[in-house]
Order: sequence, then structure tokens, then C-alpha cells
Amino acid sequence: MSKKYLFDNPRNVKILLILLFGGCLALVIINFFVHKHAHFSWEEWSGFYAAYGFVACVGLVLAAKFILRKIVKRSEDYYD
Amino acid sequence: MINVIPPGLIFIIGAFFVPLLKGRVQSVYLLLLPVLSFVNLIYISEGTHGVISFLDYQIIFCRIDRLSLVWGYIFHIIAFLTILYGINMKKDNEFMAGLFYAGCAIGAVFSGDLISLFCFWEMMTIGSVLLIWARKTRKSINAGFRYALVHFFGGVILLVGIILYSYENGSIEFGYIGLSGLGSYFIFFGFGVNCAWPFLHSWLTDAYPESTILGTVFLSAFTTKTAVYVLARSFPGTEALIWIGTLMTAFPIFFAVIENDLRRVLSYSLINQVGFMVVGIGIGTELSINGTAAHAFAHILYKSLLFMSMGAVMYRTGKINATDLGGLYRTMPLTCIFCIVGAASISAFPLFSGFVSKSMVMSAAADKHLIITWFTLVFASAGVFHHSGIKIPFFAFFGHDSGIRTKEAPLNMLIAMGIAAALCIFIGAFPATLYNILPFPVDYVPYTMSHVMSQLQLLMFSALAFTLLYLSAIYPSEIRAINVDIDWLYRKGASGFLWLLNNPLAWFGNQVKTTVFITIPQAFVWFSRNPLVALKVAGNNITIALFEESFTKEKVERIRTRIAEVLTDYPGDAIRYSHVGTTVIWAMGFLLAYLIIYIVSGRIAL
Repeated sequence: MSKKYLFDNPRNVKILLILLFGGCLALVIINFFVHKHAHFSWEEWSGFYAAYGFVACVGLVLAAKFILRKIVKRSEDYYD
Repeated sequence: MINVIPPGLIFIIGAFFVPLLKGRVQSVYLLLLPVLSFVNLIYISEGTHGVISFLDYQIIFCRIDRLSLVWGYIFHIIAFLTILYGINMKKDNEFMAGLFYAGCAIGAVFSGDLISLFCFWEMMTIGSVLLIWARKTRKSINAGFRYALVHFFGGVILLVGIILYSYENGSIEFGYIGLSGLGSYFIFFGFGVNCAWPFLHSWLTDAYPESTILGTVFLSAFTTKTAVYVLARSFPGTEALIWIGTLMTAFPIFFAVIENDLRRVLSYSLINQVGFMVVGIGIGTELSINGTAAHAFAHILYKSLLFMSMGAVMYRTGKINATDLGGLYRTMPLTCIFCIVGAASISAFPLFSGFVSKSMVMSAAADKHLIITWFTLVFASAGVFHHSGIKIPFFAFFGHDSGIRTKEAPLNMLIAMGIAAALCIFIGAFPATLYNILPFPVDYVPYTMSHVMSQLQLLMFSALAFTLLYLSAIYPSEIRAINVDIDWLYRKGASGFLWLLNNPLAWFGNQVKTTVFITIPQAFVWFSRNPLVALKVAGNNITIALFEESFTKEKVERIRTRIAEVLTDYPGDAIRYSHVGTTVIWAMGFLLAYLIIYIVSGRIAL
């Protein structure tokens, strides 16, 4: 059988995912103990950046997939 | 008097000697050129040199100040790294075009007047078109032509602007211009074409991915960043730029998410990153201009690094579409790591270069309370992480296993990528070095707990969003397809225009031609063969048409038969025979008429 690489083992993928989820959780917790230096009032809300980042990315992907792709997708030989 | 070697000249002249050299000598020569040019640059003192008089104008080839130096430094660094990256490929033509192109960009950055700027500007277009054509596929040749058309169009607009501006102001000095007067608007627009403003941007995403492995790395560094420099020089604080830049940061990320060609994904994110710089110019404070310069410096490094890593993938696998790639971390681990460094830098992770540069622009926007812009920039920061930070490394090196088992990239490519990656981390970890060369004194501190935390939150939760979307299979799967962009207008528009010419317009032209040159003259010829009979036929036809109802059927039939008979042996006997007496009477009648006219007119005259 061919050589096994790092992420061929599902356990390693799992570790990576746990690190990501754990990291997110840790950030949310640390967030409460950090003094925020903010330009705008909403920047001081707990987890503003986390929520905005998450919502922005989901919105971005959904908009790109369901709206933009519907409009602009063409076959690869469209211009030929 | 020229008492210095203008920066850029070493590249431009050096380019022409490339094909004369072979093998090792050529490699050494290529690597020495940027070093030599750099040494020349740092030994020129700040100020204006290389001034020559041309007609009534002062042409300034060498204006060294803190703004132009930032671009000068990074252009030299990236030219060196790009050459190192491509040195194993032995492509004389690409090195020639690339050196020429880089030299012209450097020349443009250091030119102190609009005439020499314009010359370098146009020469850059030539160099870059040659780089696109170097791939020698039908697609790249077509893309090169489109690129050339767009840029020469922009160049003509710029030239018009320069002529108007110099007429209005009596000076061709290239300094602050600002939006006042017709000429300045033309110049603004001409710069905008090269800066890939929204709706003017598709030359970039169209052509860059069609160039060669080396060509795209060259291209990614110079054209747009030169445009950013000239805008920062001549239009700082122009409010329109804030909105243009804001739009630039936002719209390309949507395209990048659904794009299959990974180098095209990078091209879209290039526009997004240039958007941050344009916003910085638009805000126009010392902090924001510093931010623009710092971001240009950092961006050139990590963007080239990303293009280099994708080029290395292309070099080893011959493929670049996300659908064909995946799982390459197994056999190209170093390229993968360098790519991730570039991805982390463009995403502005703390300790990577984007973090210390992009945040200056965002702070400047917040200082001015530009709420919409600020929200868009944060959105774009999350978005760029999403498509450049995650999508590029994930789909090339991880994701589904494409089954491709190849070799690691060649040593020289690894060294070039390694240096670029090291610089990205160095700038991120020790921003003072970069801040020291910025145009204005910096009192900006990127590493505050609050800033690091908010940026980490933004990025980690973007990553979380990607992971959850990917695991739940909502993330748009890569599809073998292309996405039309604004270039549709001229790509389909041009063929539509040709269709219009070839079909309706050509038909109309033919109709006009046959009518004017055939049908009408023939009718006249026919008529003149026997006008009297022709008139009679016409009269009969009109009579029938008008009085058909009131005539009896027989009468109508009779007239029709007569017309048919006459037409059968038309023109028939065209000569009308009559008695001599009739002629005499006519002649007498005319003489009488003359007499009357003579008498009457005589009376009136009296």
C-alpha cells in the first residue's frame, strides 16, 4: 500500500478540527477579559468581530453560490 | 544634465543583453542586474536628478523622495526574487520582457514629470503584453490582445489628460494634481484603468491567469502597484477614491469564491487588496498614506509568494484548476508551507505582514468615521481570508486527494519562495523596519491586545464558517466552468458588433448600393428609351388604379390588354411620325409665345 501521509489518518483531521473549535471557544472566553480600544461603540460589544466574521463569511458564500453563480456561470468553451 | 544613472535604466538596457548570454553566465547576470540597480538606487541622494530639457519642458528621470523610494525598494526586491524563482526555466524571452517591464515600472515610479511618466507607462504595457503572449497558447494570445487594447485605451485617455493638464497649468511637473479641471479627470481615469478600478478591472482577471508561470509572478507585482503609487502621488485625499477602493475590496471576493482557476482566484484577491490601498489614498491622512505604502510593500511580497506557489504547482503538475488539484501537501510540503505563509500574510494574521499594513488603512478609516467603508473593509478582510487564505491552500494542497504524486518544486523556486515567506514573517514580527521607510513618521502600534484579539476573532470565526460550510457540503463545490465578468461586454460585445456589421448593416448597405447604382439607373434607361409610351403606360396604370370601380369590366380589361401589348414590344418605335404642318404650327406657336414674352417683359421693365 502507498505511503500514509499526515491527514490520511482521520484522527489527525479530528485533532485539527478540535483545535479550531477549541481556539474559537478560547477566543470568546478571553474576549471578556480584554480591554477594548475601540473607534466605534459596537466594537466594544463582546464577540462583535467573531459574529461579524462568521456572518460575513456565511453570507459571502451563500450569495456567491446562489446568486452570483446563477448569473455568471458559463461553460468552459463559452468564449471559444 | 544627467549626473546619475536613472533607476530602471539598468533593467531596461540590461534586458536586451539577456539573449546574448547562455547557461550559468546568464543566470549570474540575471541575478546581478537587480542587485546592481539596487546599489545604484541607494547611492542616489534624495532630491531631483537626471533633468534634461526637451523642447520647453524639463524631463525629470530621477526624483527620489520617501514616497517613491518605498516602491523603488520593493520593486527591486521582488524583481530579484522573481528572477531567482524563474532562473531554472531558461526562458530568455520571458526574462527580457520581465526585466524591461520591471525597469519601466521603476522608471515610472521615479519620473518627476508627466511626459517621461507617460513613456514608461506605455512601455510597461508593451512589456506586460509580451509576458502574456509568452505562454503562446491561443487563449493567451487573445487575452494579450485584449489586455493591450484596454491599456492602450487607458494610455490614450491619460495622454489626453496630460496634454490638457499641461495646457491648463503650463507645467508638466508630476506632483499633486487633485480633481480640478478637465485634464485632471482624464489623468485620474487613465490611472484608474491600470489600477483595476471596478468595471475597468477585468483586463487583470482576464489576462494574468493566462500568462506563463514566471510571467504572472512578474505581472502581479508591477502594473497595479505603479498605478497605486501615481494615485498616491497625485490624488491623495480625493474622496472618490474612498468609494472606488471600498467597492474594489468587496466585489472581487464574491467572484473569487466561485472561481475554479486558482491563479484567477488570486487575481481577484489582488484587486481586493489594491482596494485597501486605494481607500488609503482616498482618505489622504498621513496614517492612511503610510498605510497604502506599507500595504503595497507587504502586498507585493505575499501576492508574489502566492502566485509563485501556484506557479510551482503548475510547474510540477501542469494543472491549475481547483477541480484538478488537491492533496499536494503530501509531495510538495515546502511549497505548501510557503503558500500558507503567503495566505496567512494576505489574511492579516498577527505576526504576518498583512496584519501590520492593512490595519493602518482600517484605523485611518475608523479615525475619519467612515462607517460604510469600515464595515466593508472588515467584511473584505474576512472575505479575503476566506478565498485567498483558505481556499487557495486548501484546494491545492488539501481537500480531496487528486491522486497526483509529484516532486517538490525545484530548489531555486523554493529559495525564492522561502525568502519571500521569511520577509512576510519578518515584516509582520518586526514592523518597525517597514515603518522606518514609510513616507511619513509613524506612531502607529499594530500590536495592541485589543487589535490582536479582534483580528483573531474575525479570522478564526471566518475559518469556522468555512469549516462548517465545507463539512455540511454547502460550500460551493468547484465546477469546471468559467464565470463571466465585465469583460463580457467587450468580448461578446465585440462579436455582437461584428455580427451587426456583417448582417443587418451589410444587408442595408447592399440594398442602398443596388437601389442607387442599379435599380434607379436602369429605370431611367428604360424610361428614356421611349418616354412618351412609358408615360402613357404610367398614365393608364394610374387611371386603372383610380377609376377601376367606376369603369366597366370590359373597359378595364381593354386598358390592361393595351398596356400589356405596349409593354411587350417596348420601346417599340420610339420615333413619333407627324405631318410637316404640325411641326410648323408648333414652331409658330413658340415664336408667338416668345413675342408675347418679349413685349410683356419690355413693358414691365419700363
